[in-house]
Amino acid sequence: MVDLSGVLEQLKSRFGERSWDYSEYHKNQRLVVAADLCFSVLEFLKKTCGFDMLIDVTCVDYLHYRGAKDRFGLVYIVLNTVTGQRLIVRAFLNEPELKIPSVVPLWEGANWLEREVFDMYGIEFTGHPDLRRILLPDEFVGFPLRKDYPLRGRGERHNFERITRGEG
Amino acid sequence: MSLVADAPQKVVNQDYRWTLNFGPQHPATHTTLRLVLQIEGETVVGAIPDIGYLHSGFEKIGEHLNYNQYVAVTDRMNYISPLANNVAWHQAVESLIGLELPKRCQYIRVILAELARVSDHLLSCGAMALDTGAFTAFLYAFNQREVLYGIFETLCGARFTTSYSRVGGLMYDATPEFIRQVKQFVKDFPKVYVEITRLLNRNRIFVERTKGIGILTKEQAINRSVTGPIARASGVTRDLRKDQPYLAYPDFDFKVICSNGGDCFHRYLVRMLEIEESMKIVEQAINNLPEGPVNVDPEERAILPSKDKVYNTIEGLITHFEVVMTNRGLQAPKAEHYDAIEAPNGELGFYIVGDGSDKAYRARCRPPSYIHFALFPDMMKGHTISDVVAVLGSLNIIAAELDR
Repeated sequence: MVDLSGVLEQLKSRFGERSWDYSEYHKNQRLVVAADLCFSVLEFLKKTCGFDMLIDVTCVDYLHYRGAKDRFGLVYIVLNTVTGQRLIVRAFLNEPELKIPSVVPLWEGANWLEREVFDMYGIEFTGHPDLRRILLPDEFVGFPLRKDYPLRGRGERHNFERITRGEG
Repeated sequence: MSLVADAPQKVVNQDYRWTLNFGPQHPATHTTLRLVLQIEGETVVGAIPDIGYLHSGFEKIGEHLNYNQYVAVTDRMNYISPLANNVAWHQAVESLIGLELPKRCQYIRVILAELARVSDHLLSCGAMALDTGAFTAFLYAFNQREVLYGIFETLCGARFTTSYSRVGGLMYDATPEFIRQVKQFVKDFPKVYVEITRLLNRNRIFVERTKGIGILTKEQAINRSVTGPIARASGVTRDLRKDQPYLAYPDFDFKVICSNGGDCFHRYLVRMLEIEESMKIVEQAINNLPEGPVNVDPEERAILPSKDKVYNTIEGLITHFEVVMTNRGLQAPKAEHYDAIEAPNGELGFYIVGDGSDKAYRARCRPPSYIHFALFPDMMKGHTISDVVAVLGSLNIIAAELDR
């Protein structure tokens, strides 16, 4: 685990104590920020603190999670390729406001990662250049990685309309 | 998945511009992926990747299988190097729980992960050579992969879908026969390796078809989240084995191979040199394999005690019963953790959310192939159709990992 105290100091002086809390768990260093601050924190991390690589963007649905207050938790994992520092930035979203600014302007690599989150969870990344479904067909209804989507039954092969050779 | 009509691009009605469908079933894609190429003459002016043909909901399944069962699904992700995926998954689970593995288990896992890397790179380089017209090197590489499959079969009974790791240990301990075979492989392989490099490194056809093709600069590689050999071929000096050493990697002496070339040829070179480094690690590990237990203490409630203990001691019997009970056995803490290993293709990480039960609440996989395939359209622009297969081969896209 690489020391992050310098970065935390910088963040504190830029954003104040408000709306972020830092924690460590085993090998991970995490920062929870408010959803409206998420983009500016990430921008600051990239432009000032040198976190130049975005490792992953993903989401967790906390619908049935014991003790959870928010529905969706976004996860951004960023890496500084010079110093090897890693930081996980979390932001929480609730229905019906499932919108968060896209980080594609900061990291090009976020393009497909955010599309996958949109595909699986239905979270809208505002400002994304090409927000379409990526793994599932365009006509697919629902967001399969949400906890209220069952493992079996919906969206399975036998539910699709059958196309015969003549029409296809 | 997307259709061409929806793609964000200007539709220009020019009769000299053709649309060519490449895949989803095409010998050079090796797996199931589709590309829609816009071509002018032989020049590719646009490429739209269309993925999702192999999507089978691995992450959803991960929320319904327990930590040991899900390892069988990870085999199917990057099926070229399943052992690396097994190691990645269980390492993520163990670091979520906070289990410390015995030295022997760490060494065996390192050997397996490195053999998986050799096997993956052999396929990647061999298939790239095959697609660019060098058939012999491909056969040499596949012959060695066959030897590796034999070793894996000796180890765990399966050639392809190994499912070898368990939370806190391994399915079985490595047998003396496995150790003998690995030592034999370490002895025999360099000869074949030299032959493959002689066939390709200065082969004019191969070099001309790969040098200067599909260039990825360092800035692009960093900005587009590229990891692994592809990033290292573009000058990003990052390797998780050195950056945040896991398992027993600090014990071994090896180099991180980097290059500033950034084209298909340098990606091939980096992979070939990495094979050499991996063999060094395997040699050191197999010659210094520590004795001792291969699994964590049964008191950790992660793994079944040995049959000897179960049948002959009451404590062993109680532990056995407790481990198989869902509310007394393995339980991950109510916490979230991300951990990754340097898989052959790049950083393979798992973001696991535990909820206090024996199943993951969320099992996100960070698939390197998915991130690398996003580069393809930009890499392809301005090159000819015949370069498509060279670029695809050098990215080593595994569709099962791409779509999960």
